Parts: sequence; structure tokens; C-alpha cells
Amino acid sequence: MSTLAKEIPTTGSPTLAVRGTGRGPRGVAVLLGPPIAFLALVVVLWYIVSALLGKLSFLLPAPHRIFTEAFFDPKVAGDIGNALVQTVLVTLAGLVLAIVIGVVWAIAMSQAKAIERTLYPYAVILQCIPILALVPLIGFWFGQEFFARMIVSVLIALFPMVSNTLFGLQGVDKSQRELFKLQGASRWTILTKLQLPAAMPTIFAGMRISAGLALVGAIVGDFFFRRGTPGIGSLISNYTARLQGPELFAAILSAAFLGVAIFVVFGWLSKAAVGKWYESAS
Amino acid sequence: MQFGNGTVALSGVDLTVRPGEFVTVVGPSGCGKSTLLRIASGLETASAGTAEVSTSRIGYVFQDATLLPWRDVESNVELLAELNGQSKKERAEKAAAAIKLVGLSGFEKHLPKQLSGGMRMRTSLARSLTLDPELFLFDEPFGALDEITRERLNDELLRLFAEQQFGGLFITHSVSEAVYLSTRVVVMSGRPGRIVDVFEVPFEMPRDPDIRYTGEFAELVGKVSHALREGHS
Repeated sequence: MSTLAKEIPTTGSPTLAVRGTGRGPRGVAVLLGPPIAFLALVVVLWYIVSALLGKLSFLLPAPHRIFTEAFFDPKVAGDIGNALVQTVLVTLAGLVLAIVIGVVWAIAMSQAKAIERTLYPYAVILQCIPILALVPLIGFWFGQEFFARMIVSVLIALFPMVSNTLFGLQGVDKSQRELFKLQGASRWTILTKLQLPAAMPTIFAGMRISAGLALVGAIVGDFFFRRGTPGIGSLISNYTARLQGPELFAAILSAAFLGVAIFVVFGWLSKAAVGKWYESAS
Repeated sequence: MQFGNGTVALSGVDLTVRPGEFVTVVGPSGCGKSTLLRIASGLETASAGTAEVSTSRIGYVFQDATLLPWRDVESNVELLAELNGQSKKERAEKAAAAIKLVGLSGFEKHLPKQLSGGMRMRTSLARSLTLDPELFLFDEPFGALDEITRERLNDELLRLFAEQQFGGLFITHSVSEAVYLSTRVVVMSGRPGRIVDVFEVPFEMPRDPDIRYTGEFAELVGKVSHALREGHS
């Protein structure tokens, strides 16, 4: 052994080296580098176009003006902050209602084929009709304030909750169901101890989609309904009407960040709830 | 005719399992071996003929482990007792005993996804053991496992059988598994499913794993395989 070891030079690079693609400083740079470079490119182009527009630059104000004239202006920042709070409230109210209605609807359909055949077409129709066509009617019926905005939010966010929950409830493994049946388990027991837990990953996936849609619904409601506390959509439409470019862009950016935040929060919630046992909950 | 506890009789195919008997059914895919088991368990009813089961304590082991992935080993094993409305204390005791019996002590808090295929199957076995079954039905439980794990689980199953003295009805594709495990091997043929031949297995329980390499064992495996081929053609 020892003589052999002497004869083999042990320096030099290994023939086989397995390296994890861990997140060292290099890993982070590789991950974030390209998107940041792209952002820089967009900003540069933005400045160029904005400069070329000259007097028409309210159409596309230079990026720094969004901060100096909007976000750093206490009045504008205050308006945007309040509007965001209002929009979040409408979104959450709409989302919670959509979740409750969607899950109950799906449970009802999962209990009997007859109920599914009766109700599922309406879930599909709900998905097919352009909700925007209904929005004026909703204002007509429910006024133009918080409640009407919430209804719009519910209508837009409902379908993914229904379909995802139903998919999850019906996707339970046949032999797992039989395992329960062999013990004489009731429908209720099968629902609460087997189907609902098994459906959690798809329910959470539905929630993530619905949360984004509920936000869309809240903003759409703002565009149509002029009364009640203004949401971010109301601000966007006001700023557009008054040709306030920097303020408009600030409001749009805020709405965008709100959307991203909701997506991230619900991804995290899903991971916290089912990530431990469900493999691809990200 | 007097049936002892844990007896299943299937007239039509005519098969009887008594306590202390381990009957294995081998046959080609689609010959109705699984249906036989499903009828015995009550999951399906026979369209003609009857299935008489004289006990309600039936363990059923599925093709895959059918564990609930959100429950850890311990609470998976407790499931059946829980469904039967037993108290928390009672089912915890039963689960602990069953987990020990299948050699999974120390893994109580593991989730199914953290276990190997063999360990999942052990968990599934432990779950059925909590029922203290008089009749144990196995629907090709080890078919998806690798050879090494399969043989080890066969040994453990034999040990459990020797200790618990339940009546066993075991469905499999593997002739050597059938001969090794059972006191009787039933050979079925495909469409329509009927019994072609029945072999009594003479080896004494508990069995030494090494009997698998004896001449008598090989001879019996040969006979069963032959009957299978005959029935098939």
C-alpha cells in the first residue's frame, strides 16, 4: 500500500469532483446578475426615450422623477399609502369570501356526482363570462363602495378556488379511500381526515392564483366605482385624467409591488402549511 | 361445516383459510386474484356465490403502503384505531407495540417521504397489526420492492405469522415468495379465474431463510411454476 501510494502523485486536480451549486457569493451573483443587468438596460432606455419626448415627457417621466415628485412628496405618498391599505382590505375580503364559497362549493360537488353535474357547468360559465361586463351591474345593485368592490373581487377570484379544491378532493388515491371504507368510516370522516388534508396542496395553489385575481378585481372595481374610499385603482385613474405622469407611475409601481408581495406571501403560507410533507409546494 | 375464527370461504372458487394457515394465491395478471381478496374483505360483493368471513378483525395490506403523507409514522399507525373510535391512550399503546413489532422503533416521528419503500411497507403492516387481525389479507404488498428488501420483509412476515397466528391470504406474482411464505399455495389461471392446482407446503414454521436454497424448495417452486404455465396455456 505505502509503496504504491508513493508512486502515485496525489497533487493535481481530481478526476472527479462533485460540487454543490450552493449559494456562495458567486451563486448569488449568478442568480441576480442577469435580471439586474436587464433592469439597468431598461432604465437606460427609459431615460433615453424620456429625454427624446421633451415636452411630452409626462407620458414617460424620467425614473428619478417618480421618486422626487411622487414617492418623496408627503401628500402623494400619503395618498398612495391610504389607497394601498384600502385595496388590500378589498382584496383580502374578496379573497376570504372566494375561498369560503369556493371550498364549500367544491365540497358539495365532491359529495355526489349529481351535485357536481348540476353545479359544475356554472363554475365553468362563471369562468367564461367576462366579469368586466358584469361590473356596472354590480355597482347598480350594490352601490359603488366597499361592498361592490368586494363582490367584483370575489367573482374574479372564485373559479380557481372551486376547480383546485375539487381537483384535490377528487384526486385522493383509491386505495387510501378503501382503507377508510374498510373501517366503516363515514363520509364526514373521509372528508375531514382524508380528502381535505390531501387537497391542501392544491387548495393552497388555488389560493395563490385567487389572491392575485382578487387584487385585479379590487383594482377593476376602483376603475368603475367612484364612491367610497379610493383604492390604488382610483388613484391610477385620477392621475391619468390629470396627466400627472410621475404620480401615475408611482401608483402603478405600488400596485405592482403589492401584487408581487401577495404572490410571495401566499407562496410562503403554502410552504408553511404543507411544505413539510408535500414535495413540490414551492 | 364449522368455521373457526378467521375463516374465509369462497364457494365458486372454493377457498378456505383457517387460523394458523397462510394461503398464497399465485396467478397471471388479470386472473381475478385481487378480486378474490376484495370480496373477502367486503370491498366488493360477489355477483354469484358467497364469502363467509367469521371475524371483523381483518387486516388489509394494499399493493402500495397507502400511508397518509401528512401524518408521521406513529399517527399513520394509529389511524385505524382512531377510525374505530378508540381512546388516545389505547391507540398510542397499540401503535407503539406494532411499531416495535415491525422494527421501526426510533422512526415514530418520521414522515412517509423520509422513509424508504421497505420502511413504508413496514409502517403499513404495523398499521394493520393494530387491529390485532384474525384474518390478514395481502394484495401483492411487496411487488414494488427490490429483491433484498422483499426477502427481508418476507422473513419478518413469517416471524409475525408465527407470533400472531392469524389466518393469512396473500396474493403475489412471485412463485418463490409464495412457497416460502405459505402453508398452502393456490395456483389460479386467467379468464375466467379458476383454481388450477393446490400445493401443501411441507416446511415447518418458523422457517429458516436458508430453506430457499434447498433442493426440496426448488422442486416445489418448479412444480408450482409448472402448474402456472399449464393453466396459462
